[in-house]
Amino acid sequence: MTEVLLSLKGLTKAYPGVVANDSVSFDIGTGEVHALLGENGAGKSTLVKMIYGLVKPDSGEMTLRGAPYAPGEPRQARADGIAMVFQHFSLFDALNVAENIALGMENPPKLRDLASRIRDVSETYGLPLDPFRTVGDLSAGERQRVEIIRCLLQDPKLLIMDEPTSVLTPQEVEILFLTLQKLRAEGTSILYISHKLEEIRALCDHATILRLGKNVGECIPAETSASEMAELMVGSALTPPERGDRTFGEVALDISGLSVPSPSAFGTALRNVHLTVRRGEILGIGGVAGNGQDELLSVLSGETLTEADAVKLGKDPIGTLGPVARRALGVLAAPEERLGHAAAPDMSLTENAMLTGATREGLVKNGFLKWAAAKEFAERVINEFDVRTPGPENAARSLSGGNLQKFVIGREVLQRPDVLVVNQPTWGVDASAAAAIRQSLLDLAAGGCAVICISQDLDELMEISDSFAALNEGRLSAPRPAAGLTVEEIGLMMGGAHGMEVAHV
Amino acid sequence: MDLSAINPALLIASLMVAATPLLFAAIGELVVEKSGVLNLGVEGMMIVGAVAGFATAVETGSPLLGFVAAAGAGATLSVLFAILTQYAQANQVASGLSLTLFGLGMSALLGQSYVGVKPPQMQKIDLPVLSDLPVVGPILFGHDPMLYLAIALIAAVWAVIKFSRIGLVLRAVGENHDAAHALGYKVVRIRILAILFGGACAGLGGAYISLIRVPQWTEGMTAGIRWIALALVVFASWKPWRVLLGAYLFGGVTVVQLNLQAAGVAIPVEYLAMSPYLITILVLVILSADKSSAPAALGRNFHAAR
Repeated sequence: MTEVLLSLKGLTKAYPGVVANDSVSFDIGTGEVHALLGENGAGKSTLVKMIYGLVKPDSGEMTLRGAPYAPGEPRQARADGIAMVFQHFSLFDALNVAENIALGMENPPKLRDLASRIRDVSETYGLPLDPFRTVGDLSAGERQRVEIIRCLLQDPKLLIMDEPTSVLTPQEVEILFLTLQKLRAEGTSILYISHKLEEIRALCDHATILRLGKNVGECIPAETSASEMAELMVGSALTPPERGDRTFGEVALDISGLSVPSPSAFGTALRNVHLTVRRGEILGIGGVAGNGQDELLSVLSGETLTEADAVKLGKDPIGTLGPVARRALGVLAAPEERLGHAAAPDMSLTENAMLTGATREGLVKNGFLKWAAAKEFAERVINEFDVRTPGPENAARSLSGGNLQKFVIGREVLQRPDVLVVNQPTWGVDASAAAAIRQSLLDLAAGGCAVICISQDLDELMEISDSFAALNEGRLSAPRPAAGLTVEEIGLMMGGAHGMEVAHV
Repeated sequence: MDLSAINPALLIASLMVAATPLLFAAIGELVVEKSGVLNLGVEGMMIVGAVAGFATAVETGSPLLGFVAAAGAGATLSVLFAILTQYAQANQVASGLSLTLFGLGMSALLGQSYVGVKPPQMQKIDLPVLSDLPVVGPILFGHDPMLYLAIALIAAVWAVIKFSRIGLVLRAVGENHDAAHALGYKVVRIRILAILFGGACAGLGGAYISLIRVPQWTEGMTAGIRWIALALVVFASWKPWRVLLGAYLFGGVTVVQLNLQAAGVAIPVEYLAMSPYLITILVLVILSADKSSAPAALGRNFHAAR
């Protein structure tokens, strides 16, 4: 590190009931890739929002190149050479690439000049992109390119990247890293937020670790082992889930030749999907978001009906049965979107337990609801899955993401499913809770349940699944045994870099 | 039955007059909806504009001042809607409907002393040579200035939305308010400005009915225009020129059916009266088959704090 570009001193920000950042201090050097590490809820996002001017700190100060720096709004931060690539892309689906980029600039040139500048920059940095395509049609990797190019066009001194790789295939990650290394060579500083340790070890010069809003340590990632960093992050050593010995029984769920048209304009059609899961087996389904995960889940859960023979439970066709009928037969599902799909946000946990548990837990009698039994069931989920909440009468919305996730997964696991389908079971959940959820899926499989786990977290899939398949543009690759698969092979199953070669960097 | 009494040139000229209030209301609502706000209070703002414009024109003797007052009154009423939905985070549908009820009631109160009064006439534009042309003259060049203003507004809104920075930001706010906020755009401020513009346009549309089309003041005289204006925006796929097409179609069928009624055609009056609505909706539904999608954030409230 040569000279300091941005220096943070004692930044503090409190929200009602929680201190998001508690006097955080560190320096970012010029031309340095600085990692900001931490669990979900550690305060990483709040911290970068303060740097980007979206949130005002309660106390503390920042200096940029020696001068005091207190951006009142993102516009000011951009004027000072700070750019940010958001975790959930801040893009407009109905507008084209050039329009999206123009919106992120202070004084955009005419659209035609802008288009040629976009082409220049995208070629220089190996990020191929057509300025006149509609963003809604782009893959996640391409959308991220739009964001990055939007930042690069403003010639930033500091580029903030909030979990940039969570939606990319391994090959796309490689392209991104080449781009970032080129930027670093040109003297741009990068603040890189992630909880993926191997990535940080490969890319970053320096790391600051946050836990519960506090700066708990700094390290040079290349000289620190991943487990040491993980301990700093979590505060204790982690026990990885136990696989245990399992024997596979007969085929529990069989899908053959399933094709379903896309349910919406920006959705994905499923094309000729085949899969079988045996009792006691965990099938991991990987793939970049938006390649048919949601559609596959809704076919399996019964939200989307198909021909009777396309989906079979054992030998019985169930393709025309809706979710309630499937639940009665033991086919359960926990969708990805916690608020609104897996749980009704404004209803209490008891009511949410009633919603999916009514059939299998016998919570309904002659059309009347047995609230006492539902409350008991909700309490059982809360206790067994360590859901942190004052009680089952609280609204689902009031739980943090991780806690609600434990609740919606636990609610299905405790209903003794024969087939369980989960989508992103540990999305937004901190490491210890994620380990607990994975363990419960493994235990369930050990008890003879067939589990289909759809996820974008490859580490997770490698940790728990027996066989692995990938979704790419609505097609499912042939499942392969998970043991022994290399990252390259997985990347290719996921569709590589989505048909785009690495341009000459 | 005597169809020869219908003069095609006069028919087209009166079609344009019949369509103009609708044009004002719909283009205003289009801008509001592009910003992601659904204001169902169009009729409330129109009727308030109608009475304010009428009263001002009668008192001052100047129809032009009347129109200015109407735009101001429509915008003022829309401030109420803006406060309710943008600051108090009230439901947009309920706020819009109550705005209509409030506007109807208030205009009836304000207009009591103006029933039966004749307003001052607005001067028609008189272009020496052009207006005297046969056929084309009375159709295109013999109208009042407000009619041309409505057409100019359509063109201006189209150009602004398509080519300008303001239009791009407007679309962005209506498309994804969270992303727009993250980029540093003032979502609430932009939406309020759009709502004010919509209110002013609706006010002008109302005053056009009371000062030029009818011209006199009666309670609830804007009845029916609101729903067709709202439907027009949707079925025109939020495209200004299609709004113009739809409005002229509606105006055209309205005028034709009135002429047919007068000529004594043997179709029950009820069917003739419903025909403009039916035909306009039908044509626009067919046109909107290309699924040009609505602003994605339409009708959703924006909370900055999160």
